[in-house]
Amino acid sequence: MGKKILTEHIDVPGIETFDVYRKQGGYTAVEKAIKTMTPEAVVEEVKKAGVRGRGGAGFPMGMKWSFLAKPEGVPRYLVCNADESEPGTFKDHYLMKNIPHLLIEGMIVSSFALGANTSFIYVRGELMYVIKILEKAIAEAKAAGFLGKNILGSGYDLELVVQPGGGAYICGEETALLESLEGKRGNPRNKPPFPAVKGLYQSPTVVNNVESIATTPWIMNNGGDAYAAIGIGRSTGTKLISASGHIKKPGVYEIELGVPVEEFIYSDEWCGGIRDGHHLKALVAGGSSVPILPAGLALKLANGEPRLMSYESLSEGGFQTGTMLGSGGFIVFDETACIVRNTWNFSRFYHHESCGQCSPCREGTGWMEKVLHRIEHGHGSLHDIDLLVDVARKIEGNTICPLGDAAAWPVASAIRHFREEFEWHITNPFEATQPGAVFRGEMALA
Amino acid sequence: MTTTNTTRTVEFTPERLAQAKAVIAQYPAGKQKSALLPLLHILQEQEGWTSPEGMDYVADMLDIQPIEVYEVASFYTMYHLEPVGKHVIEYCRTGPCCLMGGEEVYAHLKQKLGVEAGQTTADGLFTVKEVECLAACGMGPVFQIREKYYMHLTNERVDEIIDELSK
Repeated sequence: MGKKILTEHIDVPGIETFDVYRKQGGYTAVEKAIKTMTPEAVVEEVKKAGVRGRGGAGFPMGMKWSFLAKPEGVPRYLVCNADESEPGTFKDHYLMKNIPHLLIEGMIVSSFALGANTSFIYVRGELMYVIKILEKAIAEAKAAGFLGKNILGSGYDLELVVQPGGGAYICGEETALLESLEGKRGNPRNKPPFPAVKGLYQSPTVVNNVESIATTPWIMNNGGDAYAAIGIGRSTGTKLISASGHIKKPGVYEIELGVPVEEFIYSDEWCGGIRDGHHLKALVAGGSSVPILPAGLALKLANGEPRLMSYESLSEGGFQTGTMLGSGGFIVFDETACIVRNTWNFSRFYHHESCGQCSPCREGTGWMEKVLHRIEHGHGSLHDIDLLVDVARKIEGNTICPLGDAAAWPVASAIRHFREEFEWHITNPFEATQPGAVFRGEMALA
Repeated sequence: MTTTNTTRTVEFTPERLAQAKAVIAQYPAGKQKSALLPLLHILQEQEGWTSPEGMDYVADMLDIQPIEVYEVASFYTMYHLEPVGKHVIEYCRTGPCCLMGGEEVYAHLKQKLGVEAGQTTADGLFTVKEVECLAACGMGPVFQIREKYYMHLTNERVDEIIDELSK
């Protein structure tokens, strides 16, 4: 059993209530931080912990906090990004629904560290039932004196606002989220200025993912060094992995970073292996936007060493032979999965979710979807494969926000590793368009 | 200031008006436009859809131009800009759900109701809408009706749900 930091108490009956959460040691981090520490000392512990942004970017959270501008007389804001929308990712949903007070406690600790007196939790609107769970938790915490005016007699005031989104993947991008929170369309902003200088209402703002903020109570209680001792190398701590697809036990698992990918897939503690009678064909390790890997490269690095569930190991080999940990959206494909169809599906997603601001993304995602649609439906030509690679390359890096990259990577990587399967669709259109038809060439399965 | 040729007006019920005012009060002074998305949800909850008259009403309440509401309502996917059936089935069409048989179950749902994506059944009971990932990939296939998630869908489960809601 690996170390559990976020989910240790998640199965305790009634943990969604203040009283039970409190009995399990909840809110002691708020007491410790507010009564015995300075905001700077809290930031220092989070820096020492080395916790990296759990929304997908992996940027060190303490460093992000230390960039926050602190001009006199200007309010500062903390905004929690709970817009979880990356296909394959459902860990924040799980965490907020089951143990809402963990996020509330983390929000109080983090807001105190940043000197914010109004903080926001921006939750995707589809999760309205979770919003109600969070609002109830906030009311309970407020009644117990952990929120509102003069928290625990310290003179520190904090209000928490839960904000629903309206249905838009792009609002998971932090500047689009801020636009949305201001009541506008979710068009990402040009950077600089970064939110740390001009964010919500043009004031200094930190935006952090749910899971990132939820680490702070443990870090307060146990110290940054203790957190940094968990995990492997610069991948400190634990990570929630959302496991889906052709595995025996889909679900959310908290792992200590550094577990071998093979163990995560096949151990009964986690995914329990590929469903009966089937074999691993491919893996998307960190949400739909990260490069897809064939079975061999998913389990082992190019040099034959085991690949680990860590930021570094998953990205080992760059995009030629590696991928990214991303948000931890772990999608497993067995040999019945059609890579062309899945790539078309993901392309349709990014086309649908492009905000339309930047031409390469607005147009390019549509072109990729169309070309993939015609290959999948038996009307492709061999030239289309290189056309897709070309369009993907022209989107990547040429847009205001990373949605363009997120749209390009799945397409480029699918062709890189499964080109034969695309060719088969094009040269065998009749066979390939039969219901349930899947390429069964010389493919290495695990 | 309305741009629609109708005399129908929309007003929140007293309870929803109080709810809307509490939402607006959460933001710093002068930043009431932040309440736009939440207010549109309240509007749709009351009216069943996001009507032009309702949007004008929200614009008035927030002291912003109607276009500021229309452009936002049309950007986000959750706001129904046309009348919908009593139950809007928002069906996830994204990859992980498809791996779990989501496409077959979706075909069954549409066949059972006799509608395509975006259409409403003749009796006005159901509208089928395709949506992207609902953040429940491990429990797929998934659809949502208002706040409720229906997970681990199969053809049989879909039949049960539709039959139950048709009563």
